[in-house]
Amino acid sequence: MRIRALAIRIIRQFLRDKRTLALLFLAPLLILSLMKLVFAGQSVSPAIGIIDIPPSLASKFEGTNATITDYKTNESAYSALEEGKLDAILQFTGDTPELLLEGSDPSINKAVLLFLQSSLQTGNSGIALSIHYLHGGPDMAPFDSFGPVLIGFFSFFFVFILAGVSFLRERTSGTLERLLTTPIRRSEVVLGYLTGFGIFTLLQATLIAWFSVDVLGLYMVGNIGSILLINLLLSLTALTLGTLLSSFASSEFQIIQFIPIVIVPQAFFSGLFNLDAMNPWLQKLSYIMPLKYGADAMKGIMIRGEGWNDYQLDVYVLVGFSLVFAILNVLALKKHRSM
Amino acid sequence: MSTNVHNSNPEIAAVDLKDISRTFHSRTVLSNISLSIPRGELFGLLGPSGSGKTTLIKIMTGIDRSDAGSVHMLGVPMPQLSMLQSFGYMAQSDALYNELTGKQNLSFFGAMFGLKGALLKERIQMATDLVDLSQHLHRGVSTYSGGMKRRLSLAIALLHEPKLLILDEPTIGIDPVLRKSIWMELTALSKQGVTIIVTTHAMDEAMKCDRLGLIRDGKLIAVNTPQAIIESAGCSTLEDAFIALGQKGGAEQ
Ligand SMILES: Nc1ncnc2c1ncn2[C@@H]1O[C@H](COP(=O)(O)OP(=O)(O)OP(=O)(O)O)[C@@H](O)[C@H]1O
Ligand SMILES: [Mg+2]
Repeated sequence: MRIRALAIRIIRQFLRDKRTLALLFLAPLLILSLMKLVFAGQSVSPAIGIIDIPPSLASKFEGTNATITDYKTNESAYSALEEGKLDAILQFTGDTPELLLEGSDPSINKAVLLFLQSSLQTGNSGIALSIHYLHGGPDMAPFDSFGPVLIGFFSFFFVFILAGVSFLRERTSGTLERLLTTPIRRSEVVLGYLTGFGIFTLLQATLIAWFSVDVLGLYMVGNIGSILLINLLLSLTALTLGTLLSSFASSEFQIIQFIPIVIVPQAFFSGLFNLDAMNPWLQKLSYIMPLKYGADAMKGIMIRGEGWNDYQLDVYVLVGFSLVFAILNVLALKKHRSM
Repeated sequence: MSTNVHNSNPEIAAVDLKDISRTFHSRTVLSNISLSIPRGELFGLLGPSGSGKTTLIKIMTGIDRSDAGSVHMLGVPMPQLSMLQSFGYMAQSDALYNELTGKQNLSFFGAMFGLKGALLKERIQMATDLVDLSQHLHRGVSTYSGGMKRRLSLAIALLHEPKLLILDEPTIGIDPVLRKSIWMELTALSKQGVTIIVTTHAMDEAMKCDRLGLIRDGKLIAVNTPQAIIESAGCSTLEDAFIALGQKGGAEQ
């Protein structure tokens, strides 16, 4: 009897909670669709710059899926490689073909090497290819390349959940209402949250960065201060977004429901997976994802040793996201007190 | 700290409501309530569960908005952020930070009202003595009993010496001895000029109020002194009067 009554009660609760239902049925579809888009799109085609290649060799590249660009000068080819427009440069010094890989992404390195092997028949036919790396090296593991992204991801993920749940608690326990019966301004509430959490966030960012570099031995050639800055900004974005979205949740469980909707898609677009294989207009979605900017900057700093001039745009965008979310937070509090 | 903008002329009523209505999702919870409460009065709001007492006092504080009508508190049109400094509001549910100690809760809310240093310490001492909680201040609120939480909640409302106290069922779960001393303090405060609005279901408490407002189904069906209400209903006790007036109010619809 009791079991039946309990079961009926749970079913009723479920039916009343449309969002949980939607999560149950729609979220798996969303994730499956994303997986398909990422893995079953066009295959990755390497972009290779060539300098002074014998015409006999160059003709072998025709009709392949690689983008081959002929450069007149070394300088123009190198700067294209630096800017990430090229994945590799092929040139000859004497008789040996020399390959300079961009090196940040081991899977692209592999794709370039495979492509050259099949089109030039190096290896087997005896043409020795001498390989160099602009960044990283042959023993850079895939983890080294997506590690920086993961650091950003975890900071973002946990701060988001933590901020969301604690702001929700404040609301459901009635303390938010009580707080709003004091003369505190709505903006002060948001700033107070930002400061309080900001301190924990800074600690968390420091811990994660230290752990990944010193304990996990992640490939890192950049400045640790830059890493902390980016990680902190990313966490602030997560904090403001988490508290903002928690106004649209009525229980801890509903906060959890934001994970597949807000967090997982960002992971897909943040550089954990190579987006080259994805439909170009879908790739543009990444522009609205804070995690993408954080991850781009982290990757640049850790693998390519980038400095302020290279990542400042990412900093501005992250600060912008935090500001917008914080202002929306202040407005959302109007729901609880109009003044 | 903000300067108080309200008019301190004692002639101006502490609470002045005109034709207040409040609707939640097309359900009318308060309709056409007009009420004036002079300064220094101890005013009781009485009414069955769900009749709209909490909604009414939330509109007074400006936390909630009325859909129609006007609210003036201490002569100032509401809602007005700076007025919150003059109010001491105790909600129906104990909104406390359970992870913190009683003292930390008091300090936090004290700080919200701009209290600090020696003054804060002194006020905490006064308020907690009043609710007999001084020995338990350093314990986590999660270890408090229901009545202790209620007392802490009341202490927080008294902390900044508000000119207007709005208490939503303040003595629920508090033992009779303490209840009596709390009511003595409330009476004393009102003698000092503090206006107090209190909702209650307890008739003995209602009898101690200067005037009572009876709410039923969102309508104010009677406002008068406890004695006058009993007489007008032709009953011998407030309890009977409450029931009689309630039925009459319902039958009129
Ligand atoms: N935020 C809200 N949304 C919808 N309905 C509400 C809301 N707040 C209150 N109500 C409704 O308004 C009515 C009056 O509620 P209110 O809390 O004012 O009653 P009350 O007189 O304080 O009752 P009690 O003595 O039980 O505390 C109730 O029917 C309640 O369901
Ligand atoms: Mg109530």
